[in-house]
Amino acid sequence: MVQEVVHPFAKYLRSAMMPHIWCPGCGNGIVLNCFVHALDELQKDLDKLVVVSGIGCIGRTAGYTNADSFHTTHGRAIAFATGVKLANPELEVVVISGDGDLFAIGGNHFIHAARRNIGIKVICANNFNYGMTGGQQGPTTPLEASTTTTPYGNIEHPFNLVHLAAASGATYVARWTTLHVRRLTQSIKRMLQKEGFCFLEVVSPCPEIFGRRNKMRTGLEMMEWFRRASVVENFSDPSKAEISPEKIVVGEFVNTEKISYERLLHEKIAQINEKAMGW
Amino acid sequence: MTGKRTLPTGAHFMSGDIACAEGAIAAGCRFFAGYPITPATEIAEHLSERMPEFGGIYIQMEDEIASIAAVLGASYAGLKAMTATSGPGFSLMQENIGLAVMTETPCVIVDIMRGGPSTGQPTLPGQQDVMQAKWGSHGDYGIIALAPSSVQEMFNLTVEAFNLAETYRVPTLLMGDEIVAHMWEKVVIPPASEIRIVNRKKPHVSPSEYAPFMPEDDLVPPMACFGEGYRFHATGLTHDERGYPRTQNSEVQTRLVRRLCEKINKNADKIINVEEVMLEDADIVVVAYGIVARAALSAVRRAREAGIKAGMLRLITLWPFPEKHVARIAGQAKAIVVPEMNCGQIVREVERAAKETPVSFLSKLGEEPHTPQEILDMVRRCS
Ligand code: SF4
Repeated sequence: MVQEVVHPFAKYLRSAMMPHIWCPGCGNGIVLNCFVHALDELQKDLDKLVVVSGIGCIGRTAGYTNADSFHTTHGRAIAFATGVKLANPELEVVVISGDGDLFAIGGNHFIHAARRNIGIKVICANNFNYGMTGGQQGPTTPLEASTTTTPYGNIEHPFNLVHLAAASGATYVARWTTLHVRRLTQSIKRMLQKEGFCFLEVVSPCPEIFGRRNKMRTGLEMMEWFRRASVVENFSDPSKAEISPEKIVVGEFVNTEKISYERLLHEKIAQINEKAMGW
Repeated sequence: MTGKRTLPTGAHFMSGDIACAEGAIAAGCRFFAGYPITPATEIAEHLSERMPEFGGIYIQMEDEIASIAAVLGASYAGLKAMTATSGPGFSLMQENIGLAVMTETPCVIVDIMRGGPSTGQPTLPGQQDVMQAKWGSHGDYGIIALAPSSVQEMFNLTVEAFNLAETYRVPTLLMGDEIVAHMWEKVVIPPASEIRIVNRKKPHVSPSEYAPFMPEDDLVPPMACFGEGYRFHATGLTHDERGYPRTQNSEVQTRLVRRLCEKINKNADKIINVEEVMLEDADIVVVAYGIVARAALSAVRRAREAGIKAGMLRLITLWPFPEKHVARIAGQAKAIVVPEMNCGQIVREVERAAKETPVSFLSKLGEEPHTPQEILDMVRRCS
């Protein structure tokens, strides 16, 4: 008798959408895997989870997760998620998107959501370029890196995402690479248990597009870089958290408590209504 | 959480922007996200005070793009949601208006038109965004746009805009102008029980059978919201009835885009609303909308006093365009006059529908709307 074997995590994935579109060696699958592990370990109610993404390879994660999900226009995932979280604070709202989506076109939304401290959880897969459109330079492309639009080497200073998130007011800020699967999963779990705006950067290999042009042709070679260069510096100064060929500073940089925007808002609404009762 | 305060039932003296805000609350809108811009700002200001009294949410976002995105998120999370802006902000919103069309998100966008292009004339009226309302976002789609002529209509048509948005799962536009927004007039707000409210239809199948974009006979799919256990996916990409991306499939693209157009076109007779004044025997018909229609009405009355058989067709619905109404009057009239505060937008639609009947265009820009005399002079020339 043939027994049907179902993957224990199958229930977290929208199997009808498989196979996924990602290239071999891409880090996006690891991000999704760690996310699903965190959901499982916390026994999160999938009926109360909303996954929102913008445009790009990692943006497909929303569709692959077996929860309510929405794939927005380029850069607008956080603004959309803000509407969701305010309208129904009971929902766990997670934004999973890429560096170009969240920090170039979406940069304004990111800093304001962090400033307001809206209780959405943002996971950014940072692959240093625009993978889906063919590998153009983006806001995290390292200096001198070669991309399809920086054929002579990038001359723009990249964002330090964890520094930006911390300065904007995020209550949880961490960075890991896709090599750090356990710590990455732990960070996602920690975010999902926090109230305010949380940010997790995952340095992620894009061997097909970024690696190929920068002397790391396979996923393995990129992971080799992560292994060689990563240094855990928990609660170090995020402004000094560099990413260079020699050193990738990873760790948890911020973990504080601050009342969320949606709680302040709904408390205010309750007060106004209480006052209005005697009106 | 519901507020204890009630709508101000009865007669009031208020501005168009305030009437619009009150109309939104009356329609059941409980989420407003916006960014300040003249001449729409008073809608936001009024809602920042009124929304919480009804348990509703007001948020000032970082820009117009964020505002419309948050509106879509709130609508998918189950609330009736709105934003209000003016030309420059309306332009910024266009991409996500397209997303609203593609993901069939009920929502209301108020565009208080001022003179453009660019920052143009923030404190003066215009009708220069009506083509942007129809064609502003990329791709083909159907949309609904209404044009209020009075402060009372700023209230009534805001309610109607929500009802249409919920019925057809389509972003619905309220295209006011600076004058109707800032003018103060008497508004009668009926008791809440007398205001017709429509809510989106909900799925009547189990979550495992639910396909979020499977239409019913009226071409509109029932809508589940986030957190209701349906676990659906929505995307701005070309998608099948389950909401799954099918970007390489021309059959799916054709089926989807045709339906997005046809759910509006095929229901046009139910959607379209016009006002007909002295049209029975009219030789000369003025076709007007918004604030300009008020001068047109006065011109038509004066023409009648002078023995000219004039009438007016006032377009309350701009999109879908009331083509049949225009064609019908064109069949009986000698001439059609279209006064507009732009260089020629709706007049082109009128010309298309009027076929052989001559259409005269009376354009005005920059300051005030047409005077009755200006329109009367044109009516005389045509008679
Ligand atoms: S292009 Fe890069 S980021 Fe995109 S799927 Fe391929 S490897 Fe991953």
